[in-house]
Amino acid sequence: MIRLATYTWCCAAMLAASGVRAQLQPADAVLQAERQRIEAIDRASAATLAVFDAGGQGGGSGVVISPDGFALTNFHVTAPCGPAMKCGLPNGVLYDAVIVGIDPVGDVALIQLLGRDDFPHAQFGDSDAVAVGDWVFVAGNPFLLANDFQPSVSYGMVSGVRRYQYPAGTLLEYTECIQTDAAINPGNSGGPLFDAEGRLIGVNGRGSFEKRGRVNVGVGYAISINQIKRFLAHLKSGRIVDHATLGAIVSTAEDGRVLVDDILGDCDAYRRGLRYGDEIIQFAGREITSSNALKNALGVFPRGWIVPLSYRREGETFDTYVRLMGVHDQSQLYDLVQQEAKKPAKPPQGDKPKDEDNPQRKRRQLALPRKKSKLPEVVAARYESRRGYANYWYNREKQQELWEHYRSVSALENVGYRWNIQGRLPGGRSFELEQTASESFLRLPYGNFRVSFRGELDGQLSPPGSGGLLLAVHLWQRLLDKGLAKFGEVVYLGQLPLYPGGRRADCLVGTYAGMETHFLFSIDTSDLVGIDVFPAEHLDPCELRFSDFGELAGRRLPRRWKVVHGTTVFAELEIDAWEFE
Amino acid sequence: MTGIPASLRKPAACGLAIFLVFTARGACHADLHQTIRLAQRKVVKIYGAGGLRGMEAYQTGILISDAGHVLTTLSYVLDTNDLVVMLDDGRKWQAEFVGSDPVRELAVLQIPVEGQPLPHFDLHQSVKADEGQRVLALSNLYGIATGDEPVSVLQGVVTAIAPLDARRGAHQANYRDTVYVLDAYANNPGASGGALVDWQGRLIGVLGKELRSRVTGTWLNYALPAEKIVTSVDDVLAGRELDSLQDERLPPERALSTEALGFMLVPNVLPRTPPYIDTVRPHSPADEAGLRPDDLVVFVAEEPTASCRALVDALARYEFEEEVRLLVLREGALVEFRLRTAATAPDDDR
Repeated sequence: MIRLATYTWCCAAMLAASGVRAQLQPADAVLQAERQRIEAIDRASAATLAVFDAGGQGGGSGVVISPDGFALTNFHVTAPCGPAMKCGLPNGVLYDAVIVGIDPVGDVALIQLLGRDDFPHAQFGDSDAVAVGDWVFVAGNPFLLANDFQPSVSYGMVSGVRRYQYPAGTLLEYTECIQTDAAINPGNSGGPLFDAEGRLIGVNGRGSFEKRGRVNVGVGYAISINQIKRFLAHLKSGRIVDHATLGAIVSTAEDGRVLVDDILGDCDAYRRGLRYGDEIIQFAGREITSSNALKNALGVFPRGWIVPLSYRREGETFDTYVRLMGVHDQSQLYDLVQQEAKKPAKPPQGDKPKDEDNPQRKRRQLALPRKKSKLPEVVAARYESRRGYANYWYNREKQQELWEHYRSVSALENVGYRWNIQGRLPGGRSFELEQTASESFLRLPYGNFRVSFRGELDGQLSPPGSGGLLLAVHLWQRLLDKGLAKFGEVVYLGQLPLYPGGRRADCLVGTYAGMETHFLFSIDTSDLVGIDVFPAEHLDPCELRFSDFGELAGRRLPRRWKVVHGTTVFAELEIDAWEFE
Repeated sequence: MTGIPASLRKPAACGLAIFLVFTARGACHADLHQTIRLAQRKVVKIYGAGGLRGMEAYQTGILISDAGHVLTTLSYVLDTNDLVVMLDDGRKWQAEFVGSDPVRELAVLQIPVEGQPLPHFDLHQSVKADEGQRVLALSNLYGIATGDEPVSVLQGVVTAIAPLDARRGAHQANYRDTVYVLDAYANNPGASGGALVDWQGRLIGVLGKELRSRVTGTWLNYALPAEKIVTSVDDVLAGRELDSLQDERLPPERALSTEALGFMLVPNVLPRTPPYIDTVRPHSPADEAGLRPDDLVVFVAEEPTASCRALVDALARYEFEEEVRLLVLREGALVEFRLRTAATAPDDDR
């Protein structure tokens, strides 16, 4: 003991004498870096949630993304919770939250915390810019440690980007995800992955464990935030959102080319000319070097998204756009989601605390249907159950919001079905469109076209080559006349990109007479910028694009129309006069 | 500093090292990405034998010459004629087995590269690491990277430089010399043969096979120092013979038995009763693997089992949870079975 004390004293004396102690005072740059790191963690932690089910049990993590309380977590965290959950913020307050929308394939859920309009929220980062070697940190509630909801934070490095992790069946597929050695443990599920500046770059969901037990062994995965950004408007629709597929099966040939092995006859890719044996070169702006690369690139898009595709056949390259189809048949997906909700939470690789599997919890889950009547009032006020939806209340809200905005900017009320529209084609030759409730007449320089709306509508696709221009105008009139309630079935889909340009537009889907019609609204101006009529699944839609909005007949109306069918521009129309009778 | 024991001097030196690393970090940040990318190109994915439960059919290797030599760990993965080495850019070749060092459990492969020389580590240019030094572990752990995807990168610190005292199942690890002990989870399935590099991308060591501490049973994270393997690899490359070590077995913590696997042998009535299976318990590992009454067990792994006694003894040298390979004579044909008790390893119960 005396020897040790002597040594220690000796050592200290030597250090002091040699000036080492002075050198151990860190440089300003180090202290500043430390301060920045602490600030980033403070800021990010404030938006980090502990998520529990309505009874305050089980749970995972989450992150608030807007002041009105919208928050992201994993589908596998919310699946066993039913419509209501409790969320703890680091201020120590437990808030009621309601399910908004789910993406079961991507393992993402959007929920909304209730009771404030100034929730601390995370700033979005850009996960495409994340690179191997970046410093990142994970915040959340691993092992449900925090009773006061102060998140645990673990720092680490990005180990891999654009990683692919196989789904369980067809759900919970992680594509283009971020791999990190920052510790992601049971309970971290649904929590945020932040970059070193505290910007949200991913939502943590799973890890690789295998025989090492169910705790972190340096390999965790986060769903990239850029994928979630694409799904966000869809999630806000309250729907059960599906992922996309090309409708073709590809394989990597011996020489490394990625070739189409099989393709569905009624998918959009087929209509765009893609055939058996074609080589896929680019998809959504990514070079495709293997069939895995295509699977990875596909997984980040919602059903119905439109992406650029380049393929090669006999030395010739074709560049086109493809409207992606769903991974699932809709009702198949809804059934799968119901099965997930009944299962005790079993995320991919079993990333869940052990205590979630205990019998007590199972009993509670079996009792869920009866608990429905006991939803907290604030949740009940924002929840409406309907097949195909996580929460129909949000869909109705978005429909009405879009509709009211559109009606107020366009002033299109009581415009009836008798429209007379006159204008010019490129080159100056004139056209005239006469529309009534029962029929439509179009005079073009090269011919006259007439359709009747008295019988079956889906055959009325005149003029030939337009895909159904006159029908599209009729359906627009119908929406204006009947409104959301009486048009047919109307659903808010989310946002879709419009090409060229890729600007996103809010999309209302109306179903009438067995046909789907997409009404596309500008996010900035609420103008109706497009109508897509899908007369049948195997046919290309008639795509009507509106621009150059201005005053005509006392209303705000588009003075340029572009009619596209397939990839062919059928007509570009300039409107000079517009009369309502 | 004479008179001060090494153990007391270290904290000061260590603190200074950390301080220097931290000040350097801001400036070097952009370079770190570059360093990682360059190092990843020298690490390869290896695909070979395996694929059964708990036996991954992949591991990692590093390029060590411009003639296409690949250094990796000596394991069952290499035990195939169809051994594939895949580069960082997705190019792949059938690899030739050049030679091995059974003590360090290393093997050298060669791929027939043509054209541009490949980026590679030079073992003679490798560096030593100190305790407290920040390091990067590059490997294809869990086989995450496929095709042209780069291998995974984990970061950490050399927490100790100490002799390896480890076991794999009931076997003592052959290598007993010092290793770099890491705080990163560097030695996951598929990681062995990966590179341990410093923040300048210089090779420090090679990630070893999955091993548990002989004392605590916990999984180890470690790397063989490059300086400890350079001579041996030179010998392999030069075609010089290396001594093989006998495999020292330790008595298992909890021994395997016929009962645990779920079968009973015929009554042991003769001095050398042939080990015929008498009964198989329904739903037992034996039942699920497909063993049947009247099967004659002739081998446990490579060990002949001429009698009931021999079979019981052979099994008793296995850990309870360890997979065991039985070769059985059934209706004149030899059939192989792999069995493992339902109980899992202690750390899997968490």
